[in-house]
Amino acid sequence: MELVVTDLAVSRGGLPLLEALSFTLGAGRALVLRGPNGSGKTTLLRTLAGLQPPLHGTISCPRDQMTYAAHADGLKSTLTVAENLQFWAAIHGQTGVEDALSAMNLSDLADRQAHNLSAGQKRRLGLARLLVTGRWLWVLDEPTVSLDVASVALFADVVRAHLSRGGAALLATHIDMGLPEATVLDLTPYKATMACNFGFDGAFDEAFL
Amino acid sequence: MIALLIRDLRLAFRAGGGFGLGLGFFLILAVLVPLGVGPDQTTLGLIAPGILWIGALLACLLSLDRLFALDFEDGSLDLLATSPIPLEGVVAIKALAHWLTTCLPLALAAPVLGILLNLPGPAYGALILSLLVGTPALSIIGAFGAALTVGLKRGGLLLSLLVLPLYVPTLVFGAQTVTRAAQGLDLTTPLLLLGGLTAGSVALLPFAAAFALRINLR
Repeated sequence: MELVVTDLAVSRGGLPLLEALSFTLGAGRALVLRGPNGSGKTTLLRTLAGLQPPLHGTISCPRDQMTYAAHADGLKSTLTVAENLQFWAAIHGQTGVEDALSAMNLSDLADRQAHNLSAGQKRRLGLARLLVTGRWLWVLDEPTVSLDVASVALFADVVRAHLSRGGAALLATHIDMGLPEATVLDLTPYKATMACNFGFDGAFDEAFL
Repeated sequence: MIALLIRDLRLAFRAGGGFGLGLGFFLILAVLVPLGVGPDQTTLGLIAPGILWIGALLACLLSLDRLFALDFEDGSLDLLATSPIPLEGVVAIKALAHWLTTCLPLALAAPVLGILLNLPGPAYGALILSLLVGTPALSIIGAFGAALTVGLKRGGLLLSLLVLPLYVPTLVFGAQTVTRAAQGLDLTTPLLLLGGLTAGSVALLPFAAAFALRINLR
């Protein structure tokens, strides 16, 4: 299985951010996206996850093969840690909640309500969700925010285990996660320079902006 | 899908989930109207069907802005949109959860409040029946309105303005059903129209709402 992105252009709020972006991500590989704030990392990841349509270009990976982890963890504060994870496992038709909890070092907190967790613990729970989706490609938007050094290393191990199972990961991050095998893609050269030639849809959207 | 329904029901019943909000509002309205209108039993019996239906409608409206807004704020809506469940299913399930936690208790409590408003005897069955048949349309129309306004801060006002005109047919035929029953008339026609409105809304609006959600998630 392979993610092939060809000549992709993405926009945010009607403003083109990236263009002529092409890359390939195969099984067992990780790709780290780099770029300054506002360079379009999040927009690119949301486009890949199918949450917004690309301005131009093609994405070859089927939507049901990827899972997306955003800045927000999607946790319900009145549910316990285990209940939150069980919900996402059930939505994806998967099991293995216990394994996911122990992989992210959350087993001791399983019965605690999510609003009693610290920011780093919430983040770990949000990342544990990836393990119960059963998806091939992980699309991660700054997964290490609010994690301490030990948790970053723990998560790097989880990603590495996922890669060794034939999965793939696409990460946008500012820090070094300790994944030496990952390829780094700097987005700066792909910054959109000129106003893109809008098709009919673009012009239609523009009318409302 | 069942998991989503169970989660939404569980969230509604946990602390701060908002279960009982609509019911409390309905109760307050039904208690205050006799105090405001006066104790004349004929007048109360005359306006009872309309008051009960308006109360149920407003109580239903009260909790709508939370339907998608909470999931949007904590990021679950993004994750649900990328999950195997189609967004149309998410909308339908969330509307069902709203109906179960808000409208169903209203329908069951309405007869008790009917006594406070001196609702005529033959109308009680019609009241429960019309609420059970008509309120699913309120939930799904409300879900459509909530989907349209999901990205907006304080979208509640816009939501009410969008949704209220769409609620009018359901209110008219719902109140008409109860009024006709109170007068001892045949209530087949308004009840069938009420059912038709519900069936039409439930069939069409999940698709419209899912489309609105996709645009708002961009």
